[in-house]
Amino acid sequence: MVEETNIATISMSQQFSAALKRDLLLSFRRKSDLFNPLIFFLMVATLFPLGVSPEPTFLADVAPGVVWVAALLATLLSLDGMFRSDYDDGTLEQMLLSPQPLMIVCLAKTLAHWMTTGLPLTLMSPLLGVMLFLPSDAMLGLVLSLLIGTPTLSFIGAIGAALTVGLKKGGILISLLVLPLYIPVLIFGSGAVQAAVAGLPIGGYLALLGAGLALGFVLAPLATSAAVRVSVSG
Amino acid sequence: MSKPLLAVTDLFCEREERILFDGLAFSLKQGEVMQIEGRNGSGKTTLLRILSGLSAQYEGSIEWRGESVDNVRDEFLADLLYFGHQPGVKGMLTPQENLRWYCALHPALQRSKIDEALGVVGLTGYEDVPCHSLSAGQNRRVSLARLYMNQAPLWILDEPFTAIDKKGVAAMEQLLLDHAQRGGSVILTTHHDLAAQQGVVKVNLDSF
Amino acid sequence: MPEKKWMPRWFYQLASPKWCYQITGKLLPIFAWLALLCLGVGIVWALAFAPPDYQQGNSFRIMYLHVPAAILAQSCYMLMAIAGAIGLIWKMKVADMAAFAAAPIGASMAVLALATGAIWGKPTWGSWWVWDARLTSMLILLFLYLGVMALYAAMENPNTAAKAASILSLVGLVNIPIIKYSVEWWNTLHQPATFKLTEKPAMPVEMWLPLLIMVIGFYCFFAVSLMMRLRNEILRREKRASWVRELIVSQ
Repeated sequence: MVEETNIATISMSQQFSAALKRDLLLSFRRKSDLFNPLIFFLMVATLFPLGVSPEPTFLADVAPGVVWVAALLATLLSLDGMFRSDYDDGTLEQMLLSPQPLMIVCLAKTLAHWMTTGLPLTLMSPLLGVMLFLPSDAMLGLVLSLLIGTPTLSFIGAIGAALTVGLKKGGILISLLVLPLYIPVLIFGSGAVQAAVAGLPIGGYLALLGAGLALGFVLAPLATSAAVRVSVSG
Repeated sequence: MSKPLLAVTDLFCEREERILFDGLAFSLKQGEVMQIEGRNGSGKTTLLRILSGLSAQYEGSIEWRGESVDNVRDEFLADLLYFGHQPGVKGMLTPQENLRWYCALHPALQRSKIDEALGVVGLTGYEDVPCHSLSAGQNRRVSLARLYMNQAPLWILDEPFTAIDKKGVAAMEQLLLDHAQRGGSVILTTHHDLAAQQGVVKVNLDSF
Repeated sequence: MPEKKWMPRWFYQLASPKWCYQITGKLLPIFAWLALLCLGVGIVWALAFAPPDYQQGNSFRIMYLHVPAAILAQSCYMLMAIAGAIGLIWKMKVADMAAFAAAPIGASMAVLALATGAIWGKPTWGSWWVWDARLTSMLILLFLYLGVMALYAAMENPNTAAKAASILSLVGLVNIPIIKYSVEWWNTLHQPATFKLTEKPAMPVEMWLPLLIMVIGFYCFFAVSLMMRLRNEILRREKRASWVRELIVSQ
């Protein structure tokens, strides 16, 4: 029974990496989950020149806000799937019955969500920047602000997704719950890009986004796991 | 061994303004198999969810090895294997991947026994097929394979025989009895008539 | 529930819906009279006797509704979140019910603050809506309330709904200071504050004293409406309890 004692001590980091790998594997098997938010991101950004004006100076003015709002909406779109399929097939219950803290799994799932939405959005953002005539000096600011800001969106969004997973129609409700909480990230994120456009230092903005991320990292998994428990027990 | 493994006293639960059970009491000893009976909608699944700690919507006390289950949640969960209403199998993953995930989730499951367990439940040759292309019965077998991979002292099984063929049911029943023989305890619900009647304790929810 | 002995006795008494129903029944008329008195005196003083503002003339008098409503909207969120936390931690039903009762009151206070702000904005700024930092924060606060209320409405089981809404309002509570700070920063960046509605060089006593009375009156009114809603909620959820049945039979 040597083997059993070895197995009985699955460490938290092992569980974390197992959960992360599983969620990444699932998204890669279901490619549409991976690409739909990206296509949506691109489409929303296309609507602005069509709906308002294709004037380059105007577009350059609104580009920071438009890219950030589009990224925010694309993240929002992908949130519902975060716990939904696990809830439907009963695997979420089994996660609750693990003797390890549920927080670990929630943290891994949030990170996996960011790696499959926030990170690709960040990498794709220069393309949108070019389409919207964002000055090339500001491109680095755009990418950096998204890189630090989008994980916070995933952290906050995970709470909303966990709260609504027990409901049949969670989609719109998630937006109602989560969008007001996204406002600070939007303000500091697009503020950073605007500062970069104006040639001002963006360190302060990035530091604030980083502080938000730290807070989200510490508190959000706690709230998410509590919310998952409530949703599953209901 | 005087202390019961699981003791339930004065359990009350209501759902949608309807009382499912009131004053429910029973205790489960080591090596016992307990069958929860009752009509449809009598609260069998709800009871199993409450016992496993998935639902907190009850009043009354549940004790695990003599202590309130709320206080020893981690020890209790480490000793528990729960098979729920839904099999808990991801369609996008293969049987092997599903079981590997369970091993990561639950320390009591032995990773080295995955292939053997899949063989026993009759899924040899399906190791690399995604579960969504397997039948409903096969999906439940994937989840039931966990029973062959662990020695957890308490199994809580909600309708484990649904969608399983006759031969499979007989094998499962034998497994449950073997588990009880080794000192494990089982709580289950089922609409099948268990072949082995002796040694099975019955609790009927309709009388509470 | 495991016994916790370090909390004072009244805390556990409050946990009993019956006791809570009885004590609020006694307190209700006291607060109702207080609210009536404060609001009556405050309104008359504010509208008829307080001196007009040297810049805004008489239009500033809507402040006597705007400021108390804004203060109440914020305090009510605090109360809702703290009651929710108590409900989550000590599994206290009455606290859950209080949080549920507080949400719509707070939301209507936020609406009142926004509406009076808009009416005040028309003569002051020349337009109904200006993206002023305070008004924007109040709008976001209203969104937070609406989110909590939507969650309550979406869940069928009152216990689950209470827990979920408590988690959400706690998350909101952590976020409110961040939102306020970020909105203020955004505001100074985009439109340098020329004229703020309520921040003035030291208000004279004749002006702020009626305001203070109005604020106290609003708090009393809030207490009255909260208790009324709470009592209703207690009866609704405890309708199976014997004391509720006796109460209904005796009436």
